[in-house]
Amino acid sequence: MHQHEPNDWKKYVIVLFITSSIFITGLWFSNYFNNKKIDQLKSIEDKISMDLMSSETQFSLLQELSCKDVSTTVLSSELNSLADKITFSETNIGNDDTNVVSLKKYYSLLEIKDYLLMKKITERCGEKSIFILYFYKNDKCEDCTKQGYVLTSLREKYPNLRVYSFDYNLDLSSLRAMTSIYKVPDNLPAIVINGKVYSGLQTVEDIEKTFPELESIKKPEDVTTTKKTTTSTKSKTVAPAVSPAKTN
Amino acid sequence: MLFVMGDIYSIIFYIFTFLSVYVQIFFLMTFLEKRRHIVHNPKNLELFRYPTVTIAVPCYNEKDTIERTVNSLLSLDYPKDKMTIFLIDDGSKDNTWEIIQRFDNGKNVRAFHKENGGKHTALNLALKKNTSEFFGCLDADSFVHDQALKRILKYFETDPKTMAVAPSIVVYNPKNIIQSAQKVEYDMAIYTKKMLGFMGGIHVTPGPFSIFRRKVFDDLGPYHKAHNTEDQEIALRMQENGYKIDHCPDAFVYTNTPNSVMKLYRQRLRWIYGFIKNLIDYRRLLFKKKYGSVAIFTLPSGIISVLGVILLSTTVVINIVKFISVKIVQVQTIGFSSLFHFGYKFEWFFVNTKAVLFLSVILYILVITSVLIGRKMSEGKVSFSISILYFIIIYSVIAPFWMLRAIYNAIFSKESSWTFERRVTNN
Repeated sequence: MHQHEPNDWKKYVIVLFITSSIFITGLWFSNYFNNKKIDQLKSIEDKISMDLMSSETQFSLLQELSCKDVSTTVLSSELNSLADKITFSETNIGNDDTNVVSLKKYYSLLEIKDYLLMKKITERCGEKSIFILYFYKNDKCEDCTKQGYVLTSLREKYPNLRVYSFDYNLDLSSLRAMTSIYKVPDNLPAIVINGKVYSGLQTVEDIEKTFPELESIKKPEDVTTTKKTTTSTKSKTVAPAVSPAKTN
Repeated sequence: MLFVMGDIYSIIFYIFTFLSVYVQIFFLMTFLEKRRHIVHNPKNLELFRYPTVTIAVPCYNEKDTIERTVNSLLSLDYPKDKMTIFLIDDGSKDNTWEIIQRFDNGKNVRAFHKENGGKHTALNLALKKNTSEFFGCLDADSFVHDQALKRILKYFETDPKTMAVAPSIVVYNPKNIIQSAQKVEYDMAIYTKKMLGFMGGIHVTPGPFSIFRRKVFDDLGPYHKAHNTEDQEIALRMQENGYKIDHCPDAFVYTNTPNSVMKLYRQRLRWIYGFIKNLIDYRRLLFKKKYGSVAIFTLPSGIISVLGVILLSTTVVINIVKFISVKIVQVQTIGFSSLFHFGYKFEWFFVNTKAVLFLSVILYILVITSVLIGRKMSEGKVSFSISILYFIIIYSVIAPFWMLRAIYNAIFSKESSWTFERRVTNN
């Protein structure tokens, strides 16, 4: 029997070291970009929070103001784009990542605040707006995915429809409060439209049938002049419920 | 449960990516270390002594290519009185026998006819009749560069311990995408084979024009059937016995490659099936350091590549299925308008930044580097062509099929019997 060349163990170790370094660099890069994304999300949320606060403040002053002066530019369009980013981060960074979870909580809180504020504004100013609260869960809920598609499609059709989606299982006390107030069952998906709960998948047709008033918020000039996700109430003609005591 | 499955899957994915990168870095490092030792033979290469050589050409239904094969052997730049050519018809059903008889001159070119028994039996007949110091085989669908033999024999002359030398196989005249993709693969193989040669870890002495010292067969016995991959088995047998195998990068053999997906599939099914079965037969070598690089590096990396390709393509298939099922659900729920929605807008935020993506990109860069180095070694220049893309796409799509089928066949011991009916000697 002939002899083999001895194995070059040193080389095996060096290559292991190089490969590990490449791997660590890859992981570091991934982490670096993910952190950048988290930072971006945080700054978007801060901006929304500030805008909301500003709207709230304006609303408090509403007694003395005309409805059309209330600035609600923040809202849905930015919230919607934020929602897309959070959904993406859930799959790309991980839905159990603490940063992602806390951003999602913050987002849900902003949604609730926006919902409350917008409800007040519409009541006060007599706007025609329909609000949908949508409760879903991430695991084992095929209908939730479908419901998501239905609502996205509705939002595109009716730009002034305001959809707020909530992860039912998110550990957030104000969310708990909301599900108990509206008596949202754990049979998901569930949607709350104008205070009424509908459990199980609701198709586009179902919702349109139940709420013929959707037609009234479908404004052709809105559809053509605003982008699909722009649902800002500013684009609407606000009925002057309050006496036009203009201050500016 | 699904979550746990997903976690295990990604861990396995990371492990395989790691190992694949490791293998590529190992090759690259060997290249950087040994690149000055890659011999570039001069045009007027001369040997100190011209030993006797026998080249056997086993044929089975080769009427279309055999003449060119034999003519290339006759044109080899080598003293005619030192070279014998054995043309062995392994019971062809076409007129191969008539054609090869025309070449028989009763001296250095001899034609033999035998009952069909498989390539190894044809080779063993040639071995029995061989009296030369060196023995080689040339598949009847390949032909050789006129300097190939001298360049190979130079290796034996330089190192008396070298017992076999494998050539560089080049795809002859690629006409379609399938063949262009194979050309890229063969180019890459020239590089990896030379690196394995440096490491002493070559595990195949390919049918087209590998040359052996006669002593190999005198000591270790003739060819075995070896699941129709006798060229892998003899190399493993040599490695087991510590016989050195080298590779001569500028000894070119031009080979006709399968020109359709189906033919390529069949060829590779046989190769991979043979690899798995030979690996099982020679499992005693695995990870035993006394058997050198073949045991520690080559065979394990072969396993990694088989499993890695399957894993990678499973991931691709899963993603495609997921995408399609999402689209189906969307259409079911809200109609066909949803087909034109691709969700996210184009913003950097939505660029995938998972670590596995970075690592896959690195792996692809390493693979492409291997192809380019291989090209430099075979063509003398680095050229980037679209066929590299064909190679990556075609192999990612088709390779898993032959690999899975080969594993299935190996488990249930389904010998690919068609090989015998179709063609015993080639590919």
